[in-house]
Amino acid sequence: MQNNTEQSENAAAYKSEVRNLNFYYGEFNALKSIDMVLHDKKITALIGPSGCGKSTFLRCFNRMHDLYSGNRYEGEIILHPDDVNILAANVDPIEVRMRISMVFQKPNPFPKSIYENVAYGLRVRGIKQRAILDEKVESALRNSALWDEVKDRLHDLAFNLSGGQQQRLCIARALATDPEILLFDEPTSALDPIATASIEELITDLKSKVTILIVTHNMQQAARVSDYTAYMYLGELIEFNVTDTIFIKPKNKQTEDYITGRFG
Amino acid sequence: MKNVNDIEEIRKIISLHKRWDFIFMIAGVLALMIAVLTFMALFAHMLIDGMPRLNWEFFTSFPSRRAESAGILSAWVGTTLVMLVTAMAAVPLGIGAGVYLEEYAPKNLFTEIIEINVTNLAGVPSIIYGLLALGLFVYQLGFGQSILAAGLALALLILPVVIVATREAIRAIPVSIREGAYALGATKWQTVSDHLLPYSSAGILTGIIIGLARAIGETAPIITIGALTFIAFLPPSPIKQEFPYVSFEWLTAPFTVMPIQMFNWVSRPEEAFQLNAAAAGLVLVVMTLTMNGLAIYLRYRMRKNIKW
Repeated sequence: MQNNTEQSENAAAYKSEVRNLNFYYGEFNALKSIDMVLHDKKITALIGPSGCGKSTFLRCFNRMHDLYSGNRYEGEIILHPDDVNILAANVDPIEVRMRISMVFQKPNPFPKSIYENVAYGLRVRGIKQRAILDEKVESALRNSALWDEVKDRLHDLAFNLSGGQQQRLCIARALATDPEILLFDEPTSALDPIATASIEELITDLKSKVTILIVTHNMQQAARVSDYTAYMYLGELIEFNVTDTIFIKPKNKQTEDYITGRFG
Repeated sequence: MKNVNDIEEIRKIISLHKRWDFIFMIAGVLALMIAVLTFMALFAHMLIDGMPRLNWEFFTSFPSRRAESAGILSAWVGTTLVMLVTAMAAVPLGIGAGVYLEEYAPKNLFTEIIEINVTNLAGVPSIIYGLLALGLFVYQLGFGQSILAAGLALALLILPVVIVATREAIRAIPVSIREGAYALGATKWQTVSDHLLPYSSAGILTGIIIGLARAIGETAPIITIGALTFIAFLPPSPIKQEFPYVSFEWLTAPFTVMPIQMFNWVSRPEEAFQLNAAAAGLVLVVMTLTMNGLAIYLRYRMRKNIKW
């Protein structure tokens, strides 16, 4: 890896910086003083045992927690290039979600046509011109490697696709709006190995276009796709480094135990 | 290993236990039969009595002192118009309240009390709604003993049904679909209008129809607000020959409805009027069953494309 040169460029290479992030579900302190960065156009993986807070952390990036009452953020997530703190109370969560897209654990297409699923993010932004919609839907489907499979049946129901195709459709839906960061919350946990492989390949390909943060319970997946890896445990960020270092020479004993399967 | 005697013993125990299965099955079938046969007998009786009276004239004649020439024209027109008012009022109010409670309302003690009360309102005796409508619509708001007052009274009555149906239909939509919409940057209203309402429309529609099917047979609140029992003219037509072509005069017209017409005929001593009541009852039951059938059909049709 040629990270040495990139890291020295510091801020310009960061898409986002997390500073002293705390998150509370009511009284429960689910994320504790997290400091981390997302490198621009790189894939960062979040790993750790169930309940360690990795999904909770991911969902801070698009303010998903704002949908439910009793949740509270402290600290900052700075989004470059405009250096806005997306957790600030005066930043509208809708604005954040328009800049940062998300792909969920289980494929969740809307009970609409394939076309309407991909176009929905654009429609939300008020785009009505057929030509623009057509073009963006096509390019999103091409980028998610689904175009050839669905180009003749764009107006079929999305539910008629297979599980892996549905997940790629959800990726297309998230890509259609040209997000700055793409969040993946265990995107392959509901899929079979073949579909998983195709999604992983897709995620790797997407790196050239968008910064990616991915939660995975599968360490091999983190090792295969990511450039940086963060190991979390009980709401704390234990170790964050280049993926190769984390997997070959972790500095922290806990990380090493988890990676080698002695724990978790 | 078990010996032969043990196995014999096990078989005895099983057959003893199975006897209770059998006894309960008989009891269950009997219970079911009592419910079904009672309704069938009532319906058959009504069918035998009322069928000969069912002809075109019965639907196109006003009530009369002579049983043979009496009909249900004013009653079915009245019922239709009252139902129209009920639907026009209960549907937007019920859906609006349901969506608000489910999607917008903050979760606190106040909304919780409202929620519990909405559910309980469905159990309030219908005559109470009649009294409320008499005080509020007929006197306070000066609607008089009109189609408008009756329609609104019945709308109040079925409002809880529509609200509860709306909430349950929305709650049946998986969290992942809602989050999927929000994650794309949709506002609450965009999520509601583009997703939640379309995907829950089958459930909401079923609730509306079941509510209307209940309202159509209600007698007590309509009598309370003072519907006429004998009426030999129709409300003014809602469609006019000259500009502006529609008229709302019918809203303030006096009226009667099917159950009241039946009640009026049943209380007459002459045998012939009893037959009229049976025929009107038949029409009312068929109207109700048709509405329920429609609800089942729509639910089936609209859920075909939705799998969760």
